[in-house]
Amino acid sequence: MADLSIDFAGIKSPNPFWLASAPPANSGAQVHRAFEAGWGGAVWKTIGAPVLNVSNRYGAWHYGNQKMLAINNVELISDRPLEVNLREIQDVKRLWPDRAVIVSAMVESSPEAWSEIVKRIEDTGADGIELNYGCPHGMSERGMGSAVGQVPEYCEQITSWVKHVARIPVIVKLTPNITNIVYPARAAVAAKADGLSLINTINSIVGVDLDTLEVTPSIGGKGGHGGYAGPAVKPIALNMLSTLGVDEVVSRSGLPISGMGGISTWNDAAEFLLLGATSLQVCTAVMHYGFRIVEDLCDGLSNWMDAHNFAKIADIRGKSLPRISDFKDLDLSFRAIARIDPAKCIKCDLCYVACNDSAHQCIDLIAADGSVVEPRAYDVHSNGKNEAVHGRPQPRVREEDCVGCRLCYNVCPVEHCIEMVDLPPCRPSITWDQLTKSQRVVTEDWEAMKRYREERGIHIH
Amino acid sequence: MSDVTRDFVTEQKLAEALPPLSSHEALVEANRCLYCYDAPCTHACPTHIDIPRFIKKIASNNLPGSARTILEANLLGATCARVCPVQELCEGACVLGADHKPIMIGRLQRYAMDYAYAQKADLFWPSAKTGMKVAIVGAGPAGLSCAGELARKGHDVTLFEKRQLGGGLSTYGIIVLREPVDVALAEVDMICRLGVELRTNVELGRDLDFSELRSNYDAIFLGGGLGATPSLGIPGEEYCLDGLEYIEQSKMDRDRLRVGRQVVVIGAGNTAIDCATIAKRMGAERVTMLYRRTEHEMTAYPHEYEFIKREGVEFRFLTQPTHVVVTNGQVTGIQCVRTELSGVDGSGRPSPRTVTGSEIIIPTDQIIKAIGQEKPYLARLLGLQTFGGFIKVDDAYETSVPGVFAGGDCIRSSGAASTVMAVEDGKLAAESIHRRLTAAPVMAGTD
Repeated sequence: MADLSIDFAGIKSPNPFWLASAPPANSGAQVHRAFEAGWGGAVWKTIGAPVLNVSNRYGAWHYGNQKMLAINNVELISDRPLEVNLREIQDVKRLWPDRAVIVSAMVESSPEAWSEIVKRIEDTGADGIELNYGCPHGMSERGMGSAVGQVPEYCEQITSWVKHVARIPVIVKLTPNITNIVYPARAAVAAKADGLSLINTINSIVGVDLDTLEVTPSIGGKGGHGGYAGPAVKPIALNMLSTLGVDEVVSRSGLPISGMGGISTWNDAAEFLLLGATSLQVCTAVMHYGFRIVEDLCDGLSNWMDAHNFAKIADIRGKSLPRISDFKDLDLSFRAIARIDPAKCIKCDLCYVACNDSAHQCIDLIAADGSVVEPRAYDVHSNGKNEAVHGRPQPRVREEDCVGCRLCYNVCPVEHCIEMVDLPPCRPSITWDQLTKSQRVVTEDWEAMKRYREERGIHIH
Repeated sequence: MSDVTRDFVTEQKLAEALPPLSSHEALVEANRCLYCYDAPCTHACPTHIDIPRFIKKIASNNLPGSARTILEANLLGATCARVCPVQELCEGACVLGADHKPIMIGRLQRYAMDYAYAQKADLFWPSAKTGMKVAIVGAGPAGLSCAGELARKGHDVTLFEKRQLGGGLSTYGIIVLREPVDVALAEVDMICRLGVELRTNVELGRDLDFSELRSNYDAIFLGGGLGATPSLGIPGEEYCLDGLEYIEQSKMDRDRLRVGRQVVVIGAGNTAIDCATIAKRMGAERVTMLYRRTEHEMTAYPHEYEFIKREGVEFRFLTQPTHVVVTNGQVTGIQCVRTELSGVDGSGRPSPRTVTGSEIIIPTDQIIKAIGQEKPYLARLLGLQTFGGFIKVDDAYETSVPGVFAGGDCIRSSGAASTVMAVEDGKLAAESIHRRLTAAPVMAGTD
């Protein structure tokens, strides 16, 4: 059985799953129950400056029958008194010495305020501190949260103040609401942070009520941007995580990264680990289904690791990072085409309409006699299920015209019905970068490009 | 049991078999639809309703748009949502049917139609008047569909109905478990609001002269349906009840419908099953269906057969009635003989042959005859050419008399007669009539 334990900058945890600094980690009672359920750690909901919260603070993005593909919130940091939080942190840590207890903090931007909060956190016996530079709403209007994370100089300055006094590991939590996440990450490295975590929530407005014309959720008739999180943000988080993983400065620093943003299943978790995360933080999935989800997060991850002969988390961490590439280094001679398995195809024709309206018009509808037919070719007098089912043409990819764009593969509702088949390359391998270096004119002039395509037998219709 | 309780129980037993979908159920089901392109459900629907389109409009909470999508293809969408044999049509063709459950298309259509009728919102606007006059005979599904489509195109339509109410079989012949009378009548009202003038209690040949009709109108559509239940030709047949009349009474005059204790239904088609359902639900202790062939030849839909078996109705296959046993003016039994199948008859089915000496008497106090309907009498009356006894029409639904069109059960010489087929006939005939009425006049001497 795989060993799921981790060591994150000296913070030890029996498994990589931590509650993110968020509503599920708001109180001692909650964190206590989460640890009973099996969570490896918890980042306490951010403590610090005094706040007041509002009602209707969570909005959500639903799609079809799937509730809460994403959540949007305008909740601030902990609205419970500092003293109460600190006392409960101390109690939890004493009861659960083997779990990681990290405290997220956010105070006004002065060395004194930060020094004071760091000392008080350390007094609880907590294992680490997470600096919340990410919160995009409310706190940022007061110069905290993402207002810090968006300015690498502030980020470095405050991290330095904290590192100056802290004796326990300091993790800097980054905001995704920035053009290039590498800069604040490098600032944290420069200030000698012990670890990074990302992503915090993304600025979002969840919708407008079409009856009242108010922004949803309506807070007394008003609303505004909140922080977006949940399954829908996972691809954004994976991109930012891998951006840090392949950045020379950040990767050379060796700082561990706590990955988060839409982790709901062990599959998501494995992907974050493969792209460089050491620990994983979860919030929305817990807000949707409760602490109990940690059981399958651990069980599924462990079974997958066993099946692939990975003994410990360190064996998989960052293992897919070498696969991250810029477009310019992709092989332009790589070819794949779509192939539809008629035995699995249910003839919904979603591939046909996707290809015909949005791609390269290379899926045909084939009648029983092998001829190509148009949609709705049947007689208006035709009726009944027999002709509709048995006379229905079969979609088939015209492989010589397929550019392998993969749209049909993505829209097909049947598992393994459409496969992308790799073809042997018919041209020598070349990247855009190599082309630019060897035949620059081809990359700059359409006429030269035309000649190049003719030489190489590249036909694009 | 008190009268009030008994009435309540009867109401429950005769309520629509399927409850309406709640808005939550409808939303979940609508979202399950894959939104197939050139969908097989649309192909299988005789009126070719764009089913994925109306379902996705339910999902997007555009219920007026959903209802309009249905009605554009089928003005009798509310009836069809209830009475269509969806297992044989749209739902039977659903791509999810093989591995999962097909989408509940019929019930989603009913959801959109119920919305439209509850809103009392008319979804169509009349076109500019053409000044052309069309007479339609018979206010059943074919006639209503044809009338509504022609009115939408701006023609002046008069709809003649021999009965007191419009709706045809939807009003009089579909059991309330499948379609309440109110639904059929609301549909008739909607067609009238499109600008159709409905004249009831007017019968062609009795109150209305055919040649007068031809001279007063620019085109005529006949949607008269079929006739009464044919004769069995057995002694004592006058003691048997007519299946369609039995159903009609269960809808129009339920309190006076006498239901026997041991009921026998002769026939195994969908009407026979409806009669058995009514008898059983309204208190018969034992209901037996007699059929001279086997379950393989019966014309009832497979899902109807499954339904009636669950109702606890018994079947006697290979059994042919020979005479009604009457004692003191009361039916006490029906004498039958066994049959065996051999050869193939004119309908293409194995032919039953009686087995001598196999007589039995089945005790019964009520016998209902549901063995199909007589051929349309209008054909004979108006001197129209026929095909197998049905009115003969060409591809444009025109009869042998120019300018006289026909559709619905009265032209259905083969295949299953159904409401939705009649609606489609009415719609396509309306298109033909419209083309005829709006075609530019052919000038003599030009080519």
